[in-house]
Amino acid sequence: MIFFVTLRIALRALKRNLLRTLLTMLGIIIGVAAVIAMVSIGNGAKAMVEAQIASLGQNVIMVFSGNFSRGGVGMGFGSMSSLTADDYAGLQKEVPEVSAVSPEVRTGAQVTFGNQNLSTSILGVSVDYIEIRSWPLAGGANFTDQDVRNANKVALIGSTTAKTLFGDGDPVGQIIRIKNVPFAVVGLLGTKGISMMGSDQDDVLIIPYTSAMRRLAGVTSFRSFTIQARGPQTMAAAQEQIRDLLRQKHRLPPARDDDFTVRTQQEISDTATSTSNVMKWLLLSVACVSLLVGGIGVMNIMLVSVTERTREIGIRMAVGAKGRDVLVQFLIESIVLSLIGGLLGIILGVVSSKVVSGLMNWPTLISPEWIFIAFGVSALVGIGFGYYPAHKAAQLDPIESLRYE
Amino acid sequence: MPPIIQLEKIHKTYRNGDMAVHAVRGVDLQIEKGEFVAVMGASGSGKSTLMNILGCLDQPSEGRYLLDGIDVSRLGRDELAEIRNRKLGFVFQGFNLLSRTTAIENIELPMFYSRPPLRGRERRERANKALQLVGLGPRGDHHPNQLSGGQQQRVAIARALVMQPALLLADEPTGNLDSRTSIEIMGAFQELNEQGITIAMVTHELDVAHYARRTVIMRDGLILTDKPVESRLDAKVELKRLEATHTQTLTPSG
Repeated sequence: MIFFVTLRIALRALKRNLLRTLLTMLGIIIGVAAVIAMVSIGNGAKAMVEAQIASLGQNVIMVFSGNFSRGGVGMGFGSMSSLTADDYAGLQKEVPEVSAVSPEVRTGAQVTFGNQNLSTSILGVSVDYIEIRSWPLAGGANFTDQDVRNANKVALIGSTTAKTLFGDGDPVGQIIRIKNVPFAVVGLLGTKGISMMGSDQDDVLIIPYTSAMRRLAGVTSFRSFTIQARGPQTMAAAQEQIRDLLRQKHRLPPARDDDFTVRTQQEISDTATSTSNVMKWLLLSVACVSLLVGGIGVMNIMLVSVTERTREIGIRMAVGAKGRDVLVQFLIESIVLSLIGGLLGIILGVVSSKVVSGLMNWPTLISPEWIFIAFGVSALVGIGFGYYPAHKAAQLDPIESLRYE
Repeated sequence: MPPIIQLEKIHKTYRNGDMAVHAVRGVDLQIEKGEFVAVMGASGSGKSTLMNILGCLDQPSEGRYLLDGIDVSRLGRDELAEIRNRKLGFVFQGFNLLSRTTAIENIELPMFYSRPPLRGRERRERANKALQLVGLGPRGDHHPNQLSGGQQQRVAIARALVMQPALLLADEPTGNLDSRTSIEIMGAFQELNEQGITIAMVTHELDVAHYARRTVIMRDGLILTDKPVESRLDAKVELKRLEATHTQTLTPSG
């Protein structure tokens, strides 16, 4: 039989019982809409986490003092101050897979400019730090190796801090006071956004680590190292080399655990995304159940339709319709039913995820592939749940059907 | 030229649990091209079963059935559907038109299932021609519920003829019609028959059978008599007579 004619017959049959058709579609509509909305919200959350991970920089490995896996810090003495200048020198010179290293010293401090003051976090790092973290400057210039060597009183200012202290004015070239020590602002950092932990990464002052250690914090060891590996393939090798070097520098016998923790960007992001993935699959399975229920609705209504139209089937068979023709006719009807349902569901899903992102300020990301998947799944639902009724119609006896009242 | 229909020792047995019902028990029948045969019999005589076998809706349990020279007695469901499509046209008692579908679309229906399928324009042309043939030219876009019983049956006849079948099969074609319309439909059958169309018709009404050329009377699954119709009725004459009686009863004699 000719496809378009069959399609028209199907549409006409569906239009005949418009309310019934719509109610049947509702299951599919809700199922597909749920899938689309869940995936959009899940993808949005994932994209946000990924953006935060990416804000760490490229091929970044973090080394923290202390061993996280042994109940946090406080094991063995000196564990908090295990990362030294000697380690720093070693990482720079002795590890082939490491392309750049920056130590990190962190302290909080009161910062003033004129009559403005705020407390912000002070980050002491090397020249390479903003490079490793792919953190562009919005104005001015980075401090230099010489600044680091001489522990000069220079600072890069985060965009949030700059806004608070200077308003819309240009901070570069101004003198600010950190714990009453005057520092010259040499550069304005670009905006980095919210970190994975939820803090504002732009609420910061970056200064040479030497200045931070000697002039502000008064410490002699580092909190962590931020390290850039040469490439994504050598991350594991770099991680291993760093570990070996630090164990050797710290003279740890083989039986002792590490007194530091090495984490790659990947490991950090894995932890963060696994939670959102669990959530996503949970919601998706709920959506699938609702699609299943929708499919059962389709099968139910198609069975009713076959019974109602027994006589029509008999007439068609009498004038030469084969079992296959009848099968195709009813199958197309159920596919059209669930495809229209799927289409409406996609629209509803897209609209509702837009509404969710608008109202609740969640990021959503509508992925075209999932729209295709949803469309395909609703076609499959139509075929899967429409086959049995269509098969039943095709098996009807023409004589009986013609007599059916 | 072979006969249109040749039945040889046709048996049909239905199993109803342990009981076997012999609906047809050894029927031999030949229908030549251009014949107009009425099959008669009381209910339970096996005429409906025979009609279903003739119409390739059912298969005989035993015997051989040649339709237009093709042995159809052992064909499967799909092959029978194709034979019905190409060789047979059905007219039923209850018209069996698809409601909510126009007359023209009803007539086009068999052409959707023909192999190879006909193109839209050719379908429409042939349907229109068939509609002209049964005298319903301008009513192609009417739905069945907008047509009288006689008109609906004409649409059904047009649908039966649109594939130019070897045989037109009618099952109580006047069963749902008043006497006047019945005569009109018989008139249409007689006209078609004169144009060379072979017709087999099942009926239990003796006067309807008199419009045919030959009657076959069945009883208990066998053919009782098979003879040409004597004193055949002509629908045109009968229609005039009917009108005359109408005028007589309507005009007060004075």
